[in-house]
Amino acid sequence: MSLIKAENIVKTYITGSGEDCTFYALKGVSLTIEKGEFVAIMGASGSGKSTFMNIIGCLDKPTSGNYYLDGENIVNTRLDKLSEVRNVKLGFVFQGFNLISRTSALENVELPMIYKGLPAKERKERAMEALKIVGLTGKEQNMPSQLSGGQQQRVAIARAIVNDAPVILADEPTGNLDTKTSYEVMDFFVNLNENMGKTIVLVTHEDDIAQYCKRTVRFKDGNIINDSLNTKRAKTTGEYR
Amino acid sequence: MIDFSSTFKMALVSLKVNKMRSILTSLGIIIGVSAVIIMLAVGQGASVKIQKDMSSMGSNLLMVASASVTSGGVRMGQGTKPSLTLKDTYAIEKNCPSVGYVAPYSSEAKQVTYGNQNWSTNITGTTANYMLIRDWNISMGRNLSDEDISNMSKVAILGNTVANELFGDLDPIGKTIRIGGIPFKVIGLLESKGQNSMGRDQDDFVMIPITTGQKKVFGTNFPGTVSMINVKAKNADAILSAETEITELLRTRHKIGKKQEDDFQVRNLTQMMETMKATVKTMSVLLGSIAGVSLLVGGIGIMNIMLVSVTERTKEIGIRMAIGAKSSDIRIQFLIESLLLSVIGGIIGLLAGIFGSKLVEIFGSMTVYISSFSIILSLGFSGIIGVAFGYYPAYKASLLNPIDALRYE
Repeated sequence: MSLIKAENIVKTYITGSGEDCTFYALKGVSLTIEKGEFVAIMGASGSGKSTFMNIIGCLDKPTSGNYYLDGENIVNTRLDKLSEVRNVKLGFVFQGFNLISRTSALENVELPMIYKGLPAKERKERAMEALKIVGLTGKEQNMPSQLSGGQQQRVAIARAIVNDAPVILADEPTGNLDTKTSYEVMDFFVNLNENMGKTIVLVTHEDDIAQYCKRTVRFKDGNIINDSLNTKRAKTTGEYR
Repeated sequence: MIDFSSTFKMALVSLKVNKMRSILTSLGIIIGVSAVIIMLAVGQGASVKIQKDMSSMGSNLLMVASASVTSGGVRMGQGTKPSLTLKDTYAIEKNCPSVGYVAPYSSEAKQVTYGNQNWSTNITGTTANYMLIRDWNISMGRNLSDEDISNMSKVAILGNTVANELFGDLDPIGKTIRIGGIPFKVIGLLESKGQNSMGRDQDDFVMIPITTGQKKVFGTNFPGTVSMINVKAKNADAILSAETEITELLRTRHKIGKKQEDDFQVRNLTQMMETMKATVKTMSVLLGSIAGVSLLVGGIGIMNIMLVSVTERTKEIGIRMAIGAKSSDIRIQFLIESLLLSVIGGIIGLLAGIFGSKLVEIFGSMTVYISSFSIILSLGFSGIIGVAFGYYPAYKASLLNPIDALRYE
C-alpha cells in the first residue's frame, strides 16, 4: 500500500462569474509516493505545486479526484478529523520557519503533542529528545528571536518529527537560508529519510537542493511534466548521521 | 482535546506579551467591578444600619398620636388636639387582639437636680410596658410597677446619660432627685442604647409613671390625656390588623361619625422603614446602572482587543492549525484569554472595591458592608462578560482557513 496516493486531482478556483472565469490550478494530477521515498517537487510559480502540497498536506481539499494518505481517503473527511490527520501523520516544515514567537524552542516543539493530548511529562521528554536529534541541546529555552535562521529551521524540523509522523512535508525549507546553512539543513533531511525512515516531500526552486532527494517531480501549468529518479545525488557531509 | 493547563499557560503567555495592553483592556472591568463592590457595600451597609436603628426603636411598632387642631383654617400640627387618654390605652390593650403591648407616652423637658448637680432632660411618663415595646432592659434596680402607676408614686428610672451627668460614679439607686422641684426616688437605671438614626442620644431621658407625670409634672390644660400611645403588634404579620383594630376602637370610643375625620393618627414604623429602604434601593439602582454601563464598556473593550489580537496572530493561528489544532482548540484558547483578561480585571477590581469601600467608610462616615454575595456576584459577572464578549473573536479565529492564515503577513 502506498503511503501517498493522489488520483486525478483537480483543483479549480472561481475567479469571477461565468465559465471562462474558472481557473484550473491542478488539471488532473496523479502521483504515488511509497514509504521511505524522498521526493523533490519543482516548478515555477503558478505551476500548481503549492496547491498540490496543500492538498497532500490535508490543508485543502481537491475539487475532484481522490487522495489516500496511509490508505485513508481524505476527500470526504471532516475538518476536525483533518486536523487530527495533520497532527498524527504529517510534519510540516515551512520556508519562513513559522515558529510561534515569544515561545521557547522547547514549547514550540511541544505544541503538536499538546494538540495530540499527551501528558506534560511525556511531552517534555520527547521534545528534548527531538531537539537533541537536530543538535539543539542547550538551546531549549531560547526564544525563536534568539536563534539563527538555521537553528530556527532545525527547531521546526524537531517539531515536525516529534509526533512520529511518517510523512514530512517541507515547503521550500531552505528558501530563507544562505547556501551553507541550506546544505546543513538538507543534511538533516537526508538523515531523517535514511536513518529514521521518514518519507519526505520537499518543494524547492533550486536544482542543487533537489539533488539531495531521490526523486524529482516537475509541475507546469497544473500538470506533472516530469517524474524521474535522481541518478546523481548530492553528497552529504555525513556529520549528522 | 487538549488539556486545560496547557491552554491556560498559552493564554497567559500571550497576555504577558502585551502587558500594557492587557492592563488597559482590563481597566473597564476593574472600574466596573469596583463600582459594583462599592455600590453593594454602601447599599447593604445602609440597610443593615436602618435595620439596626429600627430594632433599637423596637420592632413591630405602631404609634398612635392625637391629630392636629384646626383653628380658623390654620392647622396647628400633630398633638395639638389632645384626644388620647390613659383610658384609650387600656381599652386598646383589652380590646385589640392583634396588639401585644401598649404603653402611653407623654413627655416634657424639665430640669433635674441631685445635690449640686443639675441637668435638663426629657421626662417621659409611661408604664412598665414601655420597656417591652422598645426592647429595652433595666441594668440596675427595677422597672415601674402597676402599683407605681395606680398610686402615682414619685419614682424615676434614669437613662444612662442622665445618671452619668447627675451621679457620675455614684450608685443612683435609692437616691432622691428633684424634677422641677418635686422629689422623686430613683428605682432603676436603664441599659445604654446609644444614638438613634437621627443622631439623638436615646439615653438622655428620665422615665416616671404616666399618672404621676399627668398630675404633678406636666403642665397640661387637658387632664388625663397622653400625647402618644405606643403599641407593639403581636408579630410582623399582625401590624396591619392591629392598625385597623385600633382605628375602629378609637373611632367608636371618641364617637366619631362616619363622615368625620379621625382625631388621631396611627403611624406604622414598618412603613417608615420601607420608605428608608426604598431610598437606599434607588441609590443602589443608580450606582448599579453606572456599574453595569462600565462593565458593558469593559466588555466591549475586551472584544475589541481580542479582535485585534486575532487579526495580529492570524499567522500563529495558521501554524497551530497546520500542526494539528482543531477549530475548537483555537476557540478555547482565545476564550480563555478573554476570560483571563476579565477575571484578572475582576479580581483587581474586587480589591480596589474593598479598598474604595473602606475609604467611603472612613471619609464618608458611612456604614459599609461587604458580603460574600457581592464578591461572588462581581467575580461571576466579570467571568460572564469575558465569555460573552470573547466568544465572537474566538469564534472568528476558529473559522480561519489554515492556508490563508499561514500566508498572512
